[in-house]
Amino acid sequence: MTSFLISVVIAGTPLLFATLGEIITEKSGHLNLGVEGMMLVGAVAGFGFGIITGNPIVAILGAMVAGALTALIYGFLTITLRANQVVSGLALTIFGTGFSSYIGTNFIGKKMPDNIIEFYKPIEIPLLSKIPFIGQIFFNQDIFVYLGYLTVIALGIYLYKTNIGMNLRAIGENPSAADGAGIRVSWYKYVHILIGGALCGLGGAYLSVVEVPAWQDNITAGRGWIAIALVIFSKWNPYKAIFAAYFFGGLSIAGFRLQHLSIPQSLLDALPYLFTIVVLVISSMKKSQENAPPKGLSVPYFREER
Amino acid sequence: MSNQVFVKMENICKSFGTVRANHNVNFQVNQGEIHALLGENGAGKSTLMNMLSGFYKPDSGSIFIGDQPIVLHSPKDAIKYGVGMIHQHYKLVEVMSAKENITLGQKGSFLINPKKITQEIKAVAEKYGLPIDPDKKIYDMSIGEKQSVEILKVLYAGANILIMDEPTAVLTPQETEKLFVIMRKMAEMGCAIIIITHKLHEVMAVSDRVTILRKGETVTTVDTKSSSPKELTDLMVGAQVDLSIDRPQVKRGLESLKVNKLNAYDENKVHVLDDISFSMYSGEILGVAGVAGSGQKELCEAIAGLYPITSGEVIYDNENLVGHSPAEIIKKGITMSFIPEDRLGMGLVASMDMIDNYLIKDHHNQKGLFLKRKPIENLCNEMIHKLDIKTPSVFHPVKQLSGGNIQKVLIGREIETNPHILITAYAVRGLDINASHTIYDLVNEQKKKGVAVLFIGEDLDVLLELCDRIMVVCDGKVMGIVDAAQTSKEALGFMMAGQKMEVLHD
Amino acid sequence: MINMKKRTAIKPSQSILIRVTAVILAFITSSLFIALMGHNPLSVYSSMFDGAFGTHYRIIETLKVAIPIILASIGIMIAFKMKFWNIGGEGQILMGAFMATFFALQFDHLPKPLLLFFMFIGGFVGGGLWALIPAYFKEKYDTNETIITLMLNYIALKWITYLQYGPWKDPAAKGFPKIANFSDQAILPKLFDLHIGWIITLAIVIIISAMMKYSKWGYYITVIGESRDTARYSGINIKKTVISAVFISGGICGLVGFIQASAVEQTLSVGLSAGYGFTAIITTWLSALIPMIIIPASILFAALVKGGSFIQTAFQIPNSAAEVLQSMILFFVIGSEFFAKYTLAWHKKERSIK
Repeated sequence: MTSFLISVVIAGTPLLFATLGEIITEKSGHLNLGVEGMMLVGAVAGFGFGIITGNPIVAILGAMVAGALTALIYGFLTITLRANQVVSGLALTIFGTGFSSYIGTNFIGKKMPDNIIEFYKPIEIPLLSKIPFIGQIFFNQDIFVYLGYLTVIALGIYLYKTNIGMNLRAIGENPSAADGAGIRVSWYKYVHILIGGALCGLGGAYLSVVEVPAWQDNITAGRGWIAIALVIFSKWNPYKAIFAAYFFGGLSIAGFRLQHLSIPQSLLDALPYLFTIVVLVISSMKKSQENAPPKGLSVPYFREER
Repeated sequence: MSNQVFVKMENICKSFGTVRANHNVNFQVNQGEIHALLGENGAGKSTLMNMLSGFYKPDSGSIFIGDQPIVLHSPKDAIKYGVGMIHQHYKLVEVMSAKENITLGQKGSFLINPKKITQEIKAVAEKYGLPIDPDKKIYDMSIGEKQSVEILKVLYAGANILIMDEPTAVLTPQETEKLFVIMRKMAEMGCAIIIITHKLHEVMAVSDRVTILRKGETVTTVDTKSSSPKELTDLMVGAQVDLSIDRPQVKRGLESLKVNKLNAYDENKVHVLDDISFSMYSGEILGVAGVAGSGQKELCEAIAGLYPITSGEVIYDNENLVGHSPAEIIKKGITMSFIPEDRLGMGLVASMDMIDNYLIKDHHNQKGLFLKRKPIENLCNEMIHKLDIKTPSVFHPVKQLSGGNIQKVLIGREIETNPHILITAYAVRGLDINASHTIYDLVNEQKKKGVAVLFIGEDLDVLLELCDRIMVVCDGKVMGIVDAAQTSKEALGFMMAGQKMEVLHD
Repeated sequence: MINMKKRTAIKPSQSILIRVTAVILAFITSSLFIALMGHNPLSVYSSMFDGAFGTHYRIIETLKVAIPIILASIGIMIAFKMKFWNIGGEGQILMGAFMATFFALQFDHLPKPLLLFFMFIGGFVGGGLWALIPAYFKEKYDTNETIITLMLNYIALKWITYLQYGPWKDPAAKGFPKIANFSDQAILPKLFDLHIGWIITLAIVIIISAMMKYSKWGYYITVIGESRDTARYSGINIKKTVISAVFISGGICGLVGFIQASAVEQTLSVGLSAGYGFTAIITTWLSALIPMIIIPASILFAALVKGGSFIQTAFQIPNSAAEVLQSMILFFVIGSEFFAKYTLAWHKKERSIK
């Protein structure tokens, strides 16, 4: 059971990064459906930088930069050119799929250097890992997983306790009000869309550098889309996102675990997707003032609109 | 009041597409004065002020604060020079508290220090006499409270030039009076206050000087004391106009629609219609007065079959319409016309041409799978002729027409069906005086034909002159129904604020 | 200084010009990348063209790809017109193919026209019902349809995988996981060297464009897409219209599944949809939701697909490069719409002089 839960956390980590990335993007009023694309570009960049430089840090930084640059395309289209966000996001996913597969042809069959694999081996945290049951599940993990915890906390403080975070939320809710208050709306949007892209890239890199670790086409297999649903599920709240991500991480590996129940593997594989639908429907059944999507989501802002 | 020039705008030009909103406008405000910017809808007042507050960029012209020429690229720049604008549609973040809204965009520490901010806000609030609860969420606030937050936001940012765009539009006469007190206090403390309005009595009541704009150009600036409402009107409209609205004497007909104990809740479980009862008679205009958001919109939609009703009846010809869809109501042979408040969002499709917009109602009358557009084209051409609609052709997207012409298209379509009942919500919103009078004439014509009219309005003067009876609503309740010829604005104001009055029995 | 202004109106000819320019710019930008990879862009493009249209056989092959893209685009266009973001074309294609295959395998004793007719209906209903799931939740609870349609793609894929490895596995395939080939009865005939899927496609394009333009139903769809409030106000039955339109949207995608299963694959397989459901999203947007423009846009994209695999052998450029090129075109077209809505005015920096 413990070993299952350990792998649940691992399976949930890429989802977590992507979900956090999309939360921060949506908080700026932009619905970026290109999560899958940004994760794929991050994954291929992380893998590429990993095998070329052999440096674990460069690998993940490369993935973040690649994710952010991919998000920049989306940002330029939707912020500067005010393009339809749904279509721009879809285009980004199509781009990410093609681009990663194109770059990735060079990486098929390549192996991640041992020092990187070593670097991302589980590290036991003293004291915390000794907590019965929980300790082994949450505090005997690799650096990425810990980075996930830290990102959740950092994002939570950022959004709810800092002035910048408050300004960001205002932009997502009512860009015109934020603009009137002297906040540089476009600048904020760009910065946070890029941060969102970087986090998605990080999520992708976890798959290709640590979890698998090898390159295969379409390595994300729809996780980016699940992450978008998880944003809704976690009500745009980073703290809730961690539970959502681990729950879906669990579902995605349930297939292997439940094989002996004589349910065909391919049907079990459909479970996370099915649950995503169930979750979406349930969260759309109850709506409230708080915990609602940012009001300015997917509405382009033009100051001189009349 | 000193005579030191505080703000000067010179030869300002600004156009939107082909519309020339401002042309060589000149404008000056002194320190410590309340300066009214008067003009009709579309005269370019808001455009001018949006340039002073950094929202729009002028196409040409210069702005001075003190003696210093300035260029404003954004509202941020304007704030830096002490210019703050309180927009007609409040720019507040609904899910945030007053405190958060007020401190938005302010330079502050990285982490938020809630206690310190609360104190600071309270200090400013007390100085100007603005009562406020810093932790209350905007969505829980009344319109008056929201306005206080807007004003505080600007003061907290350190503004000493305050622009208020139609601040009284959503207030009762009594709330307006309170606002004027606050404005005078701010002026005494050395602020320059610019109030955008088209209501003459407010200009007379609160301002020191008035600048009048007409069709995007400055007419003149006058001292309020040495002027009169009559003179200001003539300056505003340009020609000597007869401002009175007709109230043709028509013998009231039979009861044509009876609303009985209507109740409805919105999606947040707010009781938006609370036991509403009244009757409409043919050949009569029943006005509806109330602060915006008192249930007017819901009432119209409920009668038209567009709003879910919890209980109550809408009786037409001994038949209850509640529970029937608009299509079913039409199939029953009841022609009810509804001119919604949101012209281009509900009444018309902005990107479609006149013909397709005409079909929004007419598609019910067409049989079969396909639509016949040719006969509609002829009807539309007739309508253009009859109502003098200015449009290049019937194939032109309606959003490109002027506000008045858009409204004519909408009303034209609605009266074309020879309705028994006509419901209009804010029919003259955003129209200039001449266009407004055309609309009043059209409504009066319907009254003469024996149509029962429900006229939702915001300008009490208009309601008093045009309507036969006026029903006042507040928080979804009927406060009273009074004879328009025998009531006063003050009486309406008290009712709008929630005081019950004797319901007029027939 | 650049000043941005909203345009008032734009002529259709201008709008087409802007789009064509965008496509050309996309090709030019892509050629920079091709040059960076050490190839001559012109020879790459010309051999792509050659690969797509060089011989009679290649033209037929390109059209075989264009057919599913055109048809799926028409289906998706109907949903997009209502701002119902159906990105579940892939799943609808697969479920349509699944239902068509069901008839093909179970009723292969029926006379050919009758069997094909059943397969046609099966394909339509399969895709349509699959699309109804998100439509139902959208109308009932306002659930985001984008993600549901997408999730349903994966579920459909897993379902076909299950059939292929499980109950429908062909025992004659010697343990190889594949579904049995169709009998001759279940295969669409050819006309002019091309399976008659092209006639079906053409007929549907014509019927749907006429419906969108002249019928009440098409008018309702447009009004709903422009403003739900107006639709409500005008007494249009929104639920009925949305449900029927999404059913037809999914149904047409389902027909793609039927045509591909019957005429191209001649069986059911997981690879049958081949990304057409996604490509169709690009072509639909590219054509500004106008049915008649969908045809050239789809042929262009089919040519990119075919040309892409041709240059793979000729230049060792991976097939996915064509996908990148497609997304480039999409980026440029999306971006170009800005110029249809706004104009830019160049201003000399103004100084206020006292």
